[in-house]
Amino acid sequence: MSTTTDTNSPTDASLSRRGFFMKLGILFNGFAALVLAFPVVRFLLASITRGRGDGYLSWVPLGNVSNFPEGETRMATFRNPLVMPTDGKTVDTVCWVRRVAGDQFQVFAINCAHLGCPVRWFAQSGLFMCPCHGGAYYRDGSRASGPPERGLFEYPYKIESGVLTIEAGQLPTPGDPVAGLASEKPTCV
Amino acid sequence: MRVINMRLIKNIGEWFDHRLQLAAPIREAAGHPVPRNASSWFYVFGSAALTVFLLQIVTGILLALIYVPSAGEAWSSLQALNHQVALGWFIRAMHGWGSNFMVAIVLIHMVQVFLFGAHKFPRELTWIIGIFLLLMTLGMAFTGQVLRFDQDAYWGLGIGASIASRVPILGPFVVKLMLGGPIIAGATLSRFFALHVFVIPGLLIAFVSLHLLMVLKLGINEWPMPGRIVKRATYEAEYHTLTKNDGEPFVPYAIWKDLFFAAFIILAVAASAYYFGPFGPTGQPDPTIIQTAPKPDYFFLWLYALLSLLPPSLETPFLLIVPPLVILGLILLPFLSGEGEKSWKRRPIAVVTVLLTAITLGTFTRMAQFTPWSPHMNAWSGDPVPERYIHGTTALERQGALVFQVKQCRNCHSLGDAGGQRGPALDSVAVRLTQDQLIRQVIQGGGNMPAYGNNLSPAETTALVAFLETMHPAGQRPARDAARELVLGNDQMNTPGTQP
Repeated sequence: MSTTTDTNSPTDASLSRRGFFMKLGILFNGFAALVLAFPVVRFLLASITRGRGDGYLSWVPLGNVSNFPEGETRMATFRNPLVMPTDGKTVDTVCWVRRVAGDQFQVFAINCAHLGCPVRWFAQSGLFMCPCHGGAYYRDGSRASGPPERGLFEYPYKIESGVLTIEAGQLPTPGDPVAGLASEKPTCV
Repeated sequence: MRVINMRLIKNIGEWFDHRLQLAAPIREAAGHPVPRNASSWFYVFGSAALTVFLLQIVTGILLALIYVPSAGEAWSSLQALNHQVALGWFIRAMHGWGSNFMVAIVLIHMVQVFLFGAHKFPRELTWIIGIFLLLMTLGMAFTGQVLRFDQDAYWGLGIGASIASRVPILGPFVVKLMLGGPIIAGATLSRFFALHVFVIPGLLIAFVSLHLLMVLKLGINEWPMPGRIVKRATYEAEYHTLTKNDGEPFVPYAIWKDLFFAAFIILAVAASAYYFGPFGPTGQPDPTIIQTAPKPDYFFLWLYALLSLLPPSLETPFLLIVPPLVILGLILLPFLSGEGEKSWKRRPIAVVTVLLTAITLGTFTRMAQFTPWSPHMNAWSGDPVPERYIHGTTALERQGALVFQVKQCRNCHSLGDAGGQRGPALDSVAVRLTQDQLIRQVIQGGGNMPAYGNNLSPAETTALVAFLETMHPAGQRPARDAARELVLGNDQMNTPGTQP
């Protein structure tokens, strides 16, 4: 664009009629961008906004209470509450169910509290071990050794007409341990 | 006839150039003078990085002809590429090896540029854009690993989410934004596909163009001579004089080396692809199959090692503070040392920094290849107790060896070089610990070992400790507690080797 030092020239954008229209045009486009920004940002943040107020969490069944013998820890599979048609095998998630006694359970997330790798249960030594960085947990989910800074994540559970149900639907991470209930758990076996 | 043909070609060429007007700028770019001393084999890495990037675009488009970016079908479409489509395996291997080559060449290019002082005035912005290009290259490597939607990719995403979640306050939102939902599922793969195929490559093309434009406009860095100091006031005039008196046109004076190296790199990628084949996919991305030990691709192995070795309390601060500081430091570098010596011969701190970084990253990468911090999940049932450790032992000691295996001690402790390396090897543990210390360690744990008090009966503990007390080299007495001998008297000591 050519510039001129003559402020009275008709090409000077600050005074001329065309210069005014150009600014108006820019303003008009700014308005259009603003109108468009709302749906675009709303769409981009959809995965966040839906999650507010526990929007992702719901109660899912793990099976009959009788499937879980007292004093033992067993793996259970559940279908994620939110399923998309392209999910493939990722529709299912597993967890560890420990039946302490009677109707008293502990349901642990499969994800290590360090960086989310799948922990494995060793009944003989009563330990959960993580294959990634060597985190270990006792049978009650409390931290035994290794890099995790806390115990295993726990799902809230309830028993409805003989069926063990947990509140799930979100990947537990160190910064967002599902429903925040896991911090108040028993510390001994 | 030939004359007419030549004239026809010339006319067609002129017809196009009259409309495109590209011949002059191309001629100018090709003929821009470069210092004669900059025509070196050290200067080929930038063009090599561009070559591999173009190769990645080509092989990437070819893969997209078959690949399905859906969590339900991605894995099987990769199997089809590997086994059904003619040479699909080769194109996948080219893309995978191309990715490794690209990260490596970008890093070598960066080190060369740094050691030759090319980040100094007036090429600061070229360097900064180069930093962004490095970050985007690493971003492509990570998102590309996710598109290979297998077990490693699935759990790798979990690791990424766990790291992202540690950002204060925003963490949980970042995780949902990254995963495209509350869990790793279909939306996650689609989102990484968009990043890997549209967003990052688009940014890469734009930034590579800017990077190249600046190299053309500012001129290639001259060969650094010790003692030739860069000063903001005089550098540009000096460079102009240098290219005028001792310069040659880029084409063909310098470009022939770039051409040779480009072809060499393409052939090297092809040879690696042919000999080593494609990467994975490993097992299906089925979250219910947990018999897996996920590992990142080669260029993130150092991070994997670091996350195992940092003290737990330092991990989150380290993850959140150090990477931004390193990136900030790299961006600020040309402003902190924009003038002065260019030659690495006069910049010992620069050389030491490069060496230290390379050695550190190399060591962590090497360690991550055999992961001494991970328990060996099958050692307790798979690794035999060496025969020499059971030969001639008592029934109690043998029972102890059984307890040792059954209680998975072997997963973390090796015997005869087999077993986990998380804890110390126990081949000579009796030399280090007395009977009492062994009992205490087993029951109470400590020093990064879980307490086994709740999982061992007194009889099992007795047997286990009896076995561990036999673990000392022949001819070397086990550790003993001198005070105990005084209190109990020699008769009641059942430790071998204490009898007169």
